[in-house]
Amino acid sequence: MSSSPALTLPAETSWTRLSNFWSDFRQSPVAVAALIVVVVVVLMAVLAPLVAPQDPYNQEALDLFDARLEPGEVGSGGYVHWLGTDAAGRDIFSAILYGLRTSLIVGVMAGTLALILGTTVGLVAAYYGGRIEALIMRIIDLQLSLPAILLALVLVALLGQGLMQLVAALVAAQYAYFARTTHGAASAERRKDYIEAALSTPLPARHVLFRHLLPNALPPLIVVATVQVANSIALEATLSFLGLGLPITQPSLGSLISNGFQFLLSGRYWISIYPGIALMLTVVAINLVGDQVRNVLNPRRSR
Amino acid sequence: MPAALLDIDHVSKRFVKRPNLGEQIAGLLGAGRKTEIVRAVSDVSLTVAKGEVVGLVGESGCGKSTLGRMVAGIYTPSDGKILFGNAPVAKEQGRRTHKLTTRVQMIHQDPFASLNPRIRIGDTVSEGPVAHNIVKAREADSYVADLLGRVGLDPSYRRRFPHQFSGGQRQRIAIARALAMKPDLLVLDEPVASLDVSIQAQVLNLFMDLRSDLDLTGIFISHDLGVVRHVSDRVAIMYLGRIVELAPTAELYAKPNHPYTRALFESVPRVGVGRKNFRPIAGEIPSPLNPPSGCHFHPRCPFAGPRCKREAPPLEAIGPGRFSACHLNTGGTD
Amino acid sequence: MNEVVLRVKNLQTQFQTRAGALKAVDGVSFEVGRGRILGLVGESGSGKSVTGYSILGLVEPPGRIAGGEVLLNGKDITRLKGDAMRQVRGAQIAMVFQDPMMTLNPVLKIGTQMIAAVRAHARVSRRAARSRARDALAKVGIPSPEERLEAYPHQLSGGMRQRVAIAIALLHSPAVIIADEPTTALDVSIQGQILAEVRRLADETGTAFVWVTHDLAVVSSLADDICVMYAGRVVESGPAADVIGSPRHPYTAGLLASVPAEHEPGTKLPQVPGSTPSLANLPPGCAFAPRCAKAGPACTTTPPLQQFEGGRTALCHYPIEPVSCQPLSLTSTTYRSAS
Repeated sequence: MSSSPALTLPAETSWTRLSNFWSDFRQSPVAVAALIVVVVVVLMAVLAPLVAPQDPYNQEALDLFDARLEPGEVGSGGYVHWLGTDAAGRDIFSAILYGLRTSLIVGVMAGTLALILGTTVGLVAAYYGGRIEALIMRIIDLQLSLPAILLALVLVALLGQGLMQLVAALVAAQYAYFARTTHGAASAERRKDYIEAALSTPLPARHVLFRHLLPNALPPLIVVATVQVANSIALEATLSFLGLGLPITQPSLGSLISNGFQFLLSGRYWISIYPGIALMLTVVAINLVGDQVRNVLNPRRSR
Repeated sequence: MPAALLDIDHVSKRFVKRPNLGEQIAGLLGAGRKTEIVRAVSDVSLTVAKGEVVGLVGESGCGKSTLGRMVAGIYTPSDGKILFGNAPVAKEQGRRTHKLTTRVQMIHQDPFASLNPRIRIGDTVSEGPVAHNIVKAREADSYVADLLGRVGLDPSYRRRFPHQFSGGQRQRIAIARALAMKPDLLVLDEPVASLDVSIQAQVLNLFMDLRSDLDLTGIFISHDLGVVRHVSDRVAIMYLGRIVELAPTAELYAKPNHPYTRALFESVPRVGVGRKNFRPIAGEIPSPLNPPSGCHFHPRCPFAGPRCKREAPPLEAIGPGRFSACHLNTGGTD
Repeated sequence: MNEVVLRVKNLQTQFQTRAGALKAVDGVSFEVGRGRILGLVGESGSGKSVTGYSILGLVEPPGRIAGGEVLLNGKDITRLKGDAMRQVRGAQIAMVFQDPMMTLNPVLKIGTQMIAAVRAHARVSRRAARSRARDALAKVGIPSPEERLEAYPHQLSGGMRQRVAIAIALLHSPAVIIADEPTTALDVSIQGQILAEVRRLADETGTAFVWVTHDLAVVSSLADDICVMYAGRVVESGPAADVIGSPRHPYTAGLLASVPAEHEPGTKLPQVPGSTPSLANLPPGCAFAPRCAKAGPACTTTPPLQQFEGGRTALCHYPIEPVSCQPLSLTSTTYRSAS
């Protein structure tokens, strides 16, 4: 129930809208903290070569004498391994930074491609309706009824290992969420008068689709996109953990966790746990930010 | 009488709602819904001459909006044809309706819904004419400025978004968008119904000005008898998909013929008559899913007889330019 | 004047926004007598609906009642909280919304809901509650009420649902019913039926109505008294026939003059120029002054509440002199752009 009066507020520019968005967003301290974590994680991943004391990709720089050092010990490189080292003498802290980099690249790429593919599919279904819509949406329904991990596993097994193969598998496993969301939002917009006005002008179909329908179906997609980036990261980590993702020579957070898993019970917890914490922090922070974005964008929440 | 610009010829529109897959399965178990057919408009004929404004009046479910949307090329008729200058307004192509003319434009009821919230109003006004080469892209800006001035808005507003305008101003923008296509015929679907009383008069005055300046023809759809009387030359009263009475405005309001028209006039509250004892029409408006037999109005009509239940009265001439669909005019209701 | 059941005194309701506190209701006062119908008229943003919600304590944050009193049978109900307010609401004062589905639960039968509503305020058996529900339906003119008790809301038409909502409001014979645009969404022939019923109910049961609407025609045929609101204030009040016949405030006059039905078809309508001001950006003094043909130098200061004979008031520096004929010529017909 809304008891607010119909207000005509003073003219808004896109700048004031942005600042309104921010002042709504920061209502939740948790979300602000999560946003800070996301920013820090992204910065560290981007600046990994500058921040990390060691390049974990460089096999030659690894020294087996440094293997399985405990957190805080000083290795042969002369610097402190704050988070210890793994069985190959990799500095865990450096590996995490580079792993974050790989995970974020995979997550963002998979998320973006799935967004583009899913949005197009959903938009076409909503705009054309009828049989095309029924066919597309039934395929999407079918796909959503399968666990994403299962689909991704099968695809990775078929396509083989590698960054691009992994991204392709993640896109195929996740575009359906975008298609579903776009279809829902666009179908609701499709019935609105401004679309009818555009059709009765008449404007060309691509005009109606991309200038009218798409921009108005976008806000819910932004939310899905943030959450799906987090999901891609988690999914990639799962695949890598199962040994189907990226090899340890090109470490992602998942392969790092997997790498230390065998030592977990022998007391060398740090090899698995610290990458695990990094993964958890990243995924949870992105999800919290996404939640708050949804709260702010949802026009029906009580102001 | 001048040649007809618009010819609505025995037009019907049925909306068929088929059960979807889930409902079909439920139907096999005896719980789903059946195919539903809404007869929104049945066998309506009407011609509109150039320069004329015809009002369509009726309550919900009478089909006035559906008829307007068929004229505007948003739907195609299920039966019959709608000719604008001897050519159809729209055609069916697959499951989609393709509008064939730009010279019929529509103005919607709710200007908060009919303008795309994410497009600057200048672009909203110009994208149609630019897409159809009515104006060149580089001349669009001055074209828009000119149109905004014409509908009483400051041309410098063209870089603003719809949410920065009030309801009345938005309706002016919607009118400018329609005029930008250089239409001959405007379909106005309740154009002032969602506006405040003090703003309604502004928009009606604007419409009357534009009409005389641009020699516009119009179909003016409204439930408000006072508004329709003010702007229309002729008025068609609709009830459950049919025109029950059609007459020049002054004659219709002075001497309504059809029992529904009379009852409608009596049940409408008016300013300036003081507290009155209403004589509302008895009963409810039947569903267009399942309209009554014969004359659709017979269950609510005080004059109904057995014939009204049996056969539907045709719309017949009862005087020069006057038509009514009632058995009372043609030999009684027995 | 008969016994006053509802007296609103200097009611202030504000909404906290980024732009500061918006005075949606700014010092509204009126009173309603037993069995009388008060038409609260205004355009969007005038504060008429917020006034209705405020009376029932239904304003939600960021809105709040910032001052004033609502006296129901002499008792201030603005300070009641929680249970105490719920005791009053539904029993002594009730609300009818524009959308009857605000009152009705879509998944429960009409009878189930009405019995619950009866037993919320009266200790009676289910059987007694059911018969009270049936009587209430019959009272608002619903045919075969016994069958309707078994119906779900979606099985009824919009007009029937609104009648049911009115019947629920009437269950405990409240002193006052606040009705917020209850016939706006209905067809004219159905609206006529409901207005006729409401008039009869007010006369027969003695329940007073505050009828919130934008529709002058509705109030002029239904109400005993009128309050015209503009930008959160009551600008004119008085007996309905007098206010409609000879408005004293230029805004009321402008509204009445712009109704098309009262003019020769095809002629230019007298119009109120400009548009409703934003509450966030009200002009100083009289909020109507920028649109007013009669505005003078004094209008930048707060207008005085002028009292006239016959229980009439106008909030205006330059009220219109009473005339016997329609004051149509008072508003300028010159065309100004709506900016």
